[in-house]
Amino acid sequence: MHGVVQYIQSYLESNQTPGAAGNFFWATVYILLVFVGLSVAVIAMNWLERKILAHMQVRLGPMRVGPHGLLQPIADALKLLLKEDIIPAEADKIVFWVAPFIVVLAAFTVFVVVPFGPTHAITDMNIGILFMLGVSSLSVLGIVTAGWASNSHYPLIGALRSSAQMVSYEVAMGLAVVSVILMTSLNEASTGTLSMIGIVQAQQAQQQWFVFKFFPLGLIGFFIFAVAMVAETNRAPFDLPEAESELTAGFHTEYSGFRWSLFFLAEYSAMIAVSSIAVTLWLGGWLRPFPNALQGSTWELVFSLIPGLAFLFLAAMTFYSTVRMPKHPLFRVQTIGLAGFGALLGLIGLILFIPGVRMRVQDIFWFSAKVAGFMYLYIWYRGTFPRYRFDQLMKVGWKVLLPTGLALLILTAVVAMRSELLADVRGVWHP
Amino acid sequence: MTDSRSLSPLDLETPDQTFLDANELVINMGPQHPATHGVLRVILRLDGEKVMGLECVIGYLHRGVEKIAENRTYTMFNPYVDRMDYVAAVSNALGYCEAVEKLLSVEAPPRAQYIRVILTELNRMASHQLWLGTHALDIGAITPLFYTFRDREEILKIFEKYCGARLTTHAFRIGGLQYEAYEGFEKDVKNFVSFVKPKIDEYEELLTTNRIWLERTKGVGVISGKDCIALGVTGPVLRASGVQWDLRKAQPYANYKNFDFEIPTGQNGDTYDRYVVRMAEMRQSLRIIEQAVEGIPEGPIMAKVPKVMKPPVGEVYHSIEAPKGELGYFIVSDGSTQPYRVRVRPPSFVNLQALELMCRGQLVADVIAVIGTLDIVLGEVDR
Repeated sequence: MHGVVQYIQSYLESNQTPGAAGNFFWATVYILLVFVGLSVAVIAMNWLERKILAHMQVRLGPMRVGPHGLLQPIADALKLLLKEDIIPAEADKIVFWVAPFIVVLAAFTVFVVVPFGPTHAITDMNIGILFMLGVSSLSVLGIVTAGWASNSHYPLIGALRSSAQMVSYEVAMGLAVVSVILMTSLNEASTGTLSMIGIVQAQQAQQQWFVFKFFPLGLIGFFIFAVAMVAETNRAPFDLPEAESELTAGFHTEYSGFRWSLFFLAEYSAMIAVSSIAVTLWLGGWLRPFPNALQGSTWELVFSLIPGLAFLFLAAMTFYSTVRMPKHPLFRVQTIGLAGFGALLGLIGLILFIPGVRMRVQDIFWFSAKVAGFMYLYIWYRGTFPRYRFDQLMKVGWKVLLPTGLALLILTAVVAMRSELLADVRGVWHP
Repeated sequence: MTDSRSLSPLDLETPDQTFLDANELVINMGPQHPATHGVLRVILRLDGEKVMGLECVIGYLHRGVEKIAENRTYTMFNPYVDRMDYVAAVSNALGYCEAVEKLLSVEAPPRAQYIRVILTELNRMASHQLWLGTHALDIGAITPLFYTFRDREEILKIFEKYCGARLTTHAFRIGGLQYEAYEGFEKDVKNFVSFVKPKIDEYEELLTTNRIWLERTKGVGVISGKDCIALGVTGPVLRASGVQWDLRKAQPYANYKNFDFEIPTGQNGDTYDRYVVRMAEMRQSLRIIEQAVEGIPEGPIMAKVPKVMKPPVGEVYHSIEAPKGELGYFIVSDGSTQPYRVRVRPPSFVNLQALELMCRGQLVADVIAVIGTLDIVLGEVDR
């Protein structure tokens, strides 16, 4: 018994991720935390997308299930779970059954290396980014098998589209990623890294987010990735594999109920995954904004209070909505529910002010906030853009992003080499 | 672009052989499909994503409107025409009422004419707004739909206040109008015009210069003016191909010759030009409405029409410019209270013929865009 406790406690003194420290207990705890956090994020994202999109489109969105439709995602999930599970008679049953699991597996596995903080990751792999790209591209396998196993025309076309699309955008994506890896080598040890945590630490060491590095090269790389990641996750304006107006629902036309919800879950967690890559590689991961301009212990304190303040702000907004709820007795339960939700948010905000929690959680907060920015972008795109046509999509991928990516890679290499030489001559780093 | 008459029809008799051919995929788009605007069924023959041929199967919404006419009196048939192009019911009624009036040799009084023009142009506006929303939705832009529906609602409110119905209005009677314009009708219409003008700019802001929208619509579904005329295609589709043909100017009916407006035309005959033409038409409609609402004369709203209508033996063809093209009524009278035969020339049905010509060699996504740009309403195609 004592040994077990010691085993659990021993990790708390180490400065590593549980995976890297080889501590199975904490690794399991982290896996569960990430899994739960991700599920909550997907549920929240579902509600937020509907609400934000609705407000962009001059309507209210869900308003009936719970106050301001807050319980809508739960009602939807319940409906999907209770729905009849239909497997078409002509479908290849085993493949049809396996396909959604491949997609979900690929979408969730990548979170093994996502660094929410210097020690807040399940593990730190020395090939982290390679692992992420590799595993996330496995989802195309699930999509193709789903489309093929349905034995129906629309899913088949959707699957073919998505395989072509995801494979071609991965090339441009990879080039943008390589340009970042070149940038990581510009430190005193002069070793580049593929580790997700290492990439953020390199940005910390160089005192610059890679999006601003070698202006405008970093920005171009970020832009290429930002476009490719939308295509990679099959979202508007690149949502051809599930183009509703053309292919009814694309590769998951024949899926219903729980299996369909797995695709949904996978799509949203894939969105979060690629956004995490973008945040880690270009936007400084868990680092807080303006680390150079606003230095000093005062600013440290101010920035460490922001997470709590953000939650208190949300709580205040919720209470404002509570006050504005209709006074009719029919709305009493909803009003109480909304007030309860506001109280929960406020409580979280207050907990985040406790110094011990504050220091541990602010990394996670900044990381999540940046990812949330990308999520908003996804919704914004969906509300604004028409859909690309298949050949135009390919044109953008191969004729625009790929050559730009290649040029970017070469230029980054040249500039990096030059600054490395200069640094050698001057003996000063921070190029 | 090949001539439409040289195309071989899709061989539906031997579907198995088509399936065995590994290079071609036969896809059945519709009758239940989100983007075929109702119950249109399109059988697509695909090579990868490329459309090798297509055939439209229609008739899923056939209600036998023309046959019904033979068993109804002229007055009783009036509400039925609203159900053909149900997004532009007022235009249908205008065409029918004017055709019967021609047969009876009566003319609606000027006040009725003005109110008819206002309502018809409002309806053209509503029809174009619905087209814009659904067309953009087909191309993947989901937001314009809500914007156009929000503004279309204002038109429907005016209809509702005028005659109690929103969609199938039954607004006109043979010989004029049944209802006098309600108190504040002119003010409502004027308010609507000033309300909707900036809104049209708002739609254009979302789409007209949007890169993806341009790529999706320019050079897609091209049809030449010659082909349009050969196929009998009319309306904005014809005008976008560079033919300046609008029945409101070419064969003025109602009192359109009193109003000052332009006929917008395009040059390329592609989806983008059709979009531009329709957007311009909305503005022209507003122009007509503005003029008409200023000049509504006083007077009766109903001409002297016998209670029991027995038009003299003979036949009449009268066509108007509906939002979708030339809407014609051919009515044969045998001197009795019921028409001997009513034949409708619906613009959607005729325009739909051009679908194969416009889609051949394009991609699947373009078929959707072209169906949207033709602006068909299946209630009118099938009747």
